[in-house]
Amino acid sequence: MKAVRSVAGPAVPLGRGDIDTDTIIPQNWLITTERDGLGIGLFSNWRYLDNNFSPNPAFVMNEPRFEGARIIVAGPNYGCGSSREHAVWAHLDYGIEAVIAPSFGPIFFDNALKNGLLAIVLSAQDTTRLIAQLQAGPRNQMRVSLDRQEVLGPDSQTYRFAMDEKRRQAIMQGEDDIAATLRMSAAIDAFQNEDRLRQPWLWPGTPKA
Amino acid sequence: MFRSSSLKWTATYAPRGVHGLIDIQRQAWHTCSMLTSGLVKLPSTLFEKLWKSRLIAEMDGGWALIHIDRHLLHDLSSPQAFSGLRREGRRVRSPELAMAVPDHIVDTHIGRDDATVPGGEAMIVSLRSNAREAGIKLFDIGDAYQGIVHVVAAERGVVLPGMAVACGDSHTCTLGALGCWAFGIGTSEVEHVLATQTLVLRKPASMRMTVRGRLGKGVTAKDLALGIIAQIGVGAVQGGVLEFAGETVEGLSMEERFTLCNMGIEASARSAMIAPDDTTFQYVAEKAALQFDLADAITDWRTLRTDADAVFDEEFAFDCAGLEPQISWGTNPGQTVGINQTVPETPGSASPRERDAARRAMDYMGLVPGQPLAALPVHKVFIGSCTNARLSDLQSAASIVAGHRVASGVQALVVPGSSEIKKQAEQLGLDRIFREAGFEWRESGCSMCVGMNADRVEPGQRCVSTSNRNFEGRQGPGARTHLASPATAAASAIVGAIADCREFVSA
Repeated sequence: MKAVRSVAGPAVPLGRGDIDTDTIIPQNWLITTERDGLGIGLFSNWRYLDNNFSPNPAFVMNEPRFEGARIIVAGPNYGCGSSREHAVWAHLDYGIEAVIAPSFGPIFFDNALKNGLLAIVLSAQDTTRLIAQLQAGPRNQMRVSLDRQEVLGPDSQTYRFAMDEKRRQAIMQGEDDIAATLRMSAAIDAFQNEDRLRQPWLWPGTPKA
Repeated sequence: MFRSSSLKWTATYAPRGVHGLIDIQRQAWHTCSMLTSGLVKLPSTLFEKLWKSRLIAEMDGGWALIHIDRHLLHDLSSPQAFSGLRREGRRVRSPELAMAVPDHIVDTHIGRDDATVPGGEAMIVSLRSNAREAGIKLFDIGDAYQGIVHVVAAERGVVLPGMAVACGDSHTCTLGALGCWAFGIGTSEVEHVLATQTLVLRKPASMRMTVRGRLGKGVTAKDLALGIIAQIGVGAVQGGVLEFAGETVEGLSMEERFTLCNMGIEASARSAMIAPDDTTFQYVAEKAALQFDLADAITDWRTLRTDADAVFDEEFAFDCAGLEPQISWGTNPGQTVGINQTVPETPGSASPRERDAARRAMDYMGLVPGQPLAALPVHKVFIGSCTNARLSDLQSAASIVAGHRVASGVQALVVPGSSEIKKQAEQLGLDRIFREAGFEWRESGCSMCVGMNADRVEPGQRCVSTSNRNFEGRQGPGARTHLASPATAAASAIVGAIADCREFVSA
């Protein structure tokens, strides 16, 4: 995973709650065995008017002032629904590197942080305020600093956020979490050997007593 | 043969009002003194017991290394994980603890092969070659046991009570109905499990939903699930584990329990679970060739229940009294009402965002506040998915369909949850009932629930679906999905409009 310390750039407001992963990346984009090239599918049912990808002018991400957005500020339960990691890959491929919301769908949240997409939890009050500021404009530059655990709003106000320390360090260092777990192989072996005796029924191939 | 009569157990659920408070305090003091003297274990929830049992090692900062006893793989979320493994030169650590089945992208027409929508074949081929190379059991297209991964895993006895089960699919929570800890993961975690047979997790919150009351005529486990989500909301469980308990849940069949737990993720429960009991053990005993002595396992599985004094992070309650067949009107599963109710008016107390969300959902669905759901014309009816495509679901739908015809202009599909269920249904003649009524009878797969293959709802079309999600575009761009039970779907296919199944159910 690429190491990420902070993300700065234009932020786009998605003032809805419960934005699900089917909306983030509709099913037709999932017909692939690759992780790359999914940015074109991000919010495709909202972003385009037709199959020729004509931009829908009513969708906020298509407004010229939000071009090149790197941060999304959204309502609660962002990324609920399907476990498709394509939803996270699509954000990153599009150029979105941080999403700020009062809460996230649980699987999307884990997927995001595993890929260095900063899923940042701020209070409903703070996100509502940020969304209103972004909608009103004209300022839309924001920054998410993982090292300082701070969001900088378009009006330069700062908001502290909490993040699990292990996850924060992993993202800042671009940690390979599989390599870290493989270093615990001896403990995994020991567990498997003991459990085969303790609960043989959980283990395929264990002969019937 | 397993005999349930010899395995009676006592329900631990005990409703407790204010009257019990003094008792609780006395008991709490007693428990504390016993604890400090090391004589008694802390009362635990079912989930806490599973967590402790599958815990390999505690790590810093509240993290833990957890053993994954079964890893379920399918065509959508695994190809990129295997690619990642290869790129890093890593091997699959415990292939004997995994199983693979193509389900998301597969074609469902009778006589199918790998051919499906453009690009889809590569996903099936990738799953097949990855499974073969790693030595993972594969239920391939054409195999007698191919089907939807969560249906197959239970049906083949791959998943059992007491396990930790992971799968790159959010509806893995379905399998918690067996009294295991089953949860959906993303592709990065699939890769982690392939390489290590573990996951590094923080202990999720434990919540409980206690359900009481009897389900009325024509009211099913699906209606219960939808009714619960409508009451508590789609974000209620916040990624925690939700245990379903109470007299109603204890009375559900195994297949009904799968339906209930399946919908857990729609209330943001990453895992849902039900304590294993005689119903569970009976089901497990009937499954494919078990290689172990069931009696030993059952003795152990009987301890997998929430202790009487265990404390949950949050408790919910639901009363089935007056619960009607449910139908969703909006674009999330919580936007659901009784079949004879109307699209709700947004309450005056709603926040601007809630008001906006309701308006958008109605716009998308082509509905207005106060509009009745019943009699709304439909274009498609889908009976399928990991929620509602087991044998009892097909029987319930067939009992309504028998002797009737699908309304003209309606395309109605039955897609069995597995090839085994398809075979059993055919032995019972259900396929004939459906076909004669004008339903299409298909091979097993996820089909119109996820809309990845050719089974789609066209833009603006209305579909009554037994699946689990009514998100915008879920069944195809612009598709309007109404979630309901198989009985409601069947009745709606015949009427050609959203219909109350109770008008078709004999007393």
